[in-house]
Amino acid sequence: MPEVAVRELTMAEAVREALSEEMRRDPTVFIMGEDVAEAGTPFKVLSGMVEEFGKTRVIDTPISEPGFTGIGVGAAMTGLRPVVDIMFGDFLTLVMDQLVNQAAKVHYMSGGAWKVPMVLRTTLGASRRSAAQHSQSLHAWLSHVPGLKVVLPSTPYDAKGLLKTAIRDDNPVIFFEDKMMFRMKGPVPVGDYTIPFGLADIKREGEDISIVATSSMVQVALGAATMLEEIGISAEVVDPRTTWPLDEKTLIESAKKTSRAIVLDEGYEKYGVTAEIASVIATGAFYDLDAPVKRIGAMHVPIPFSPPLEDATIPTEKMVFEAARAMCKRG
Amino acid sequence: MKTETKQTVTASGTGSSEKWLRMYRGMEMIRLFEEQVNELYTRAVMPGLAHLYIGEEAVAVGICDALHRDDYITSTHRGHGHCLAKGAATDRMFAELLGKEAGYCRGKGGSMHIADPASGNLGANAIVGGSAGIATGAAFSAKHRGTKQVAVCFFGEGALGQGLLYEVMNLARLWNLPVIYVCENNMYNEYTHFSETTAGEILARPAAFGIPAESVDGQDVRAVHAAASHMIEEARAGKGPSFLLCNTYRYHGHHVGDVSREYYRAKQEEVQWKAERDPIKVLSGWLLGEKIATQAQLDEIHSQAKSEIDAAVAFALQAPYPGTDQVGEDVYA
Repeated sequence: MPEVAVRELTMAEAVREALSEEMRRDPTVFIMGEDVAEAGTPFKVLSGMVEEFGKTRVIDTPISEPGFTGIGVGAAMTGLRPVVDIMFGDFLTLVMDQLVNQAAKVHYMSGGAWKVPMVLRTTLGASRRSAAQHSQSLHAWLSHVPGLKVVLPSTPYDAKGLLKTAIRDDNPVIFFEDKMMFRMKGPVPVGDYTIPFGLADIKREGEDISIVATSSMVQVALGAATMLEEIGISAEVVDPRTTWPLDEKTLIESAKKTSRAIVLDEGYEKYGVTAEIASVIATGAFYDLDAPVKRIGAMHVPIPFSPPLEDATIPTEKMVFEAARAMCKRG
Repeated sequence: MKTETKQTVTASGTGSSEKWLRMYRGMEMIRLFEEQVNELYTRAVMPGLAHLYIGEEAVAVGICDALHRDDYITSTHRGHGHCLAKGAATDRMFAELLGKEAGYCRGKGGSMHIADPASGNLGANAIVGGSAGIATGAAFSAKHRGTKQVAVCFFGEGALGQGLLYEVMNLARLWNLPVIYVCENNMYNEYTHFSETTAGEILARPAAFGIPAESVDGQDVRAVHAAASHMIEEARAGKGPSFLLCNTYRYHGHHVGDVSREYYRAKQEEVQWKAERDPIKVLSGWLLGEKIATQAQLDEIHSQAKSEIDAAVAFALQAPYPGTDQVGEDVYA
């Protein structure tokens, strides 16, 4: 096997590299959204792309999320592969009809006649002191809708490989990037690779308890696992990477092996991703579990502004550590 | 910018007699199709909802006759006329309305979601105004790919209440997209007269974006066709979007079950429209007056259309339902 160069990239650089490589490979791919061109998005994820690809492929739009998302759907149906940029995940509320009633249903309602190969990139995650309308993690809403696929990368490596898969997929794919992780670095291979959807990744192997974590919460889970190791508890961290399709098999197998599971996600805990995954594990690993599956998500309040208040709403390493310790009856 | 009302077109010299007879046939076909839908629905053979296009035939036919087969349309919950006029076959249409596997959507869409890539039909849409983005996106795609295709977005005047329409009209003008927004004003947002829901002048809305707009008599297929042809040519020539307001009338209720309508519109109003402004009568009167066709020719067109519709209904009635094993297919491509 030829050796592939690997270097450290930030999450933002990995996303940009995936988009750039796909746009070089396929002339039908283009980006559309608010301040994506010269500004390169407020998070500077797309900096430099308009210089390479021009304003016909990196397209600034008015502040009209439903309008340009709808245009993305129509463009995707007629031979293009749009990447629609929705600046904050909170603004998904504005595009729900285009995603839920249009993009998700076109293929099914037409009996397979039309397809919608569109990617919608957006963000999730609190902790930026941005208050209730710029901090939510609303991926559960979209995971609930048949016809959509939902991707939650937790590392630069995953971001690049999963985004390439998303762009090549013939279905509408919602790609959530955690705002707090854009500057996080990790190893990313040079050149082309893809990561299939519906394939969980074991981020850390362990024996005593499984912590299933998504996106921003993978780092929290890994931090908790380090703390647990110090008191003799070996935690396995499993990242589903896509909430739909969901790799039920890997989640169940991990829980069967360790006999305990915590599900950790930054979306609201009530009626959220943690509920679905906990149910999958509770059903699939029932006879091997030594404790009820524990769910940890965001508190059931609008995200507050004041730093100590905001911090109180989001799962922390300490919360996960305490929950795991109690479940393993140690310390 | 053109905003004047364009009610009439010079009698002759705007096309061959063949073209007008083709449009006459197209309108007859929609009328007969919808009468059968009414019949099937009333007999409880057709499940779901049925929103009839009867009375509005000149709009779909006048516009679609000016389009190429690979041009795009998006349609509405009242969409049978658009789909047929753009080239859908009556047998597969009826099959879809009855939920049969031979239907355009393999029975998964039904009356409000007919879609057909072969005739450029991006789909009928049951969210009012919901397809405005899709139509504009298809126009964006045509321009981006460098084809000469155009997109027509059909919507009722009820969609004027939806913000999406104004977002995409703004974008279509900014980006000079080849899209024609066709507002079919049949005067009623479901059970409410449009004057109760629509502030200002309708044509002032596209005008605010700098989009050329015209109002036509939607009962006169020649007027619709002339206005649409001009707008389509402009779009194909790279001059961007247009807005065509077609003043028309819905003969039936909002849907087949909407029978007692006196509380929102007078019986006399319906009678008058049918007697004085029926689109098929308007065209036949002109064809006979100009001696382009004889009554015998028009009768022949009618009976041929009737035979096709009868055969299509028979086909759909005997066609099998999809197997329930298909329910999970086509969720993902």
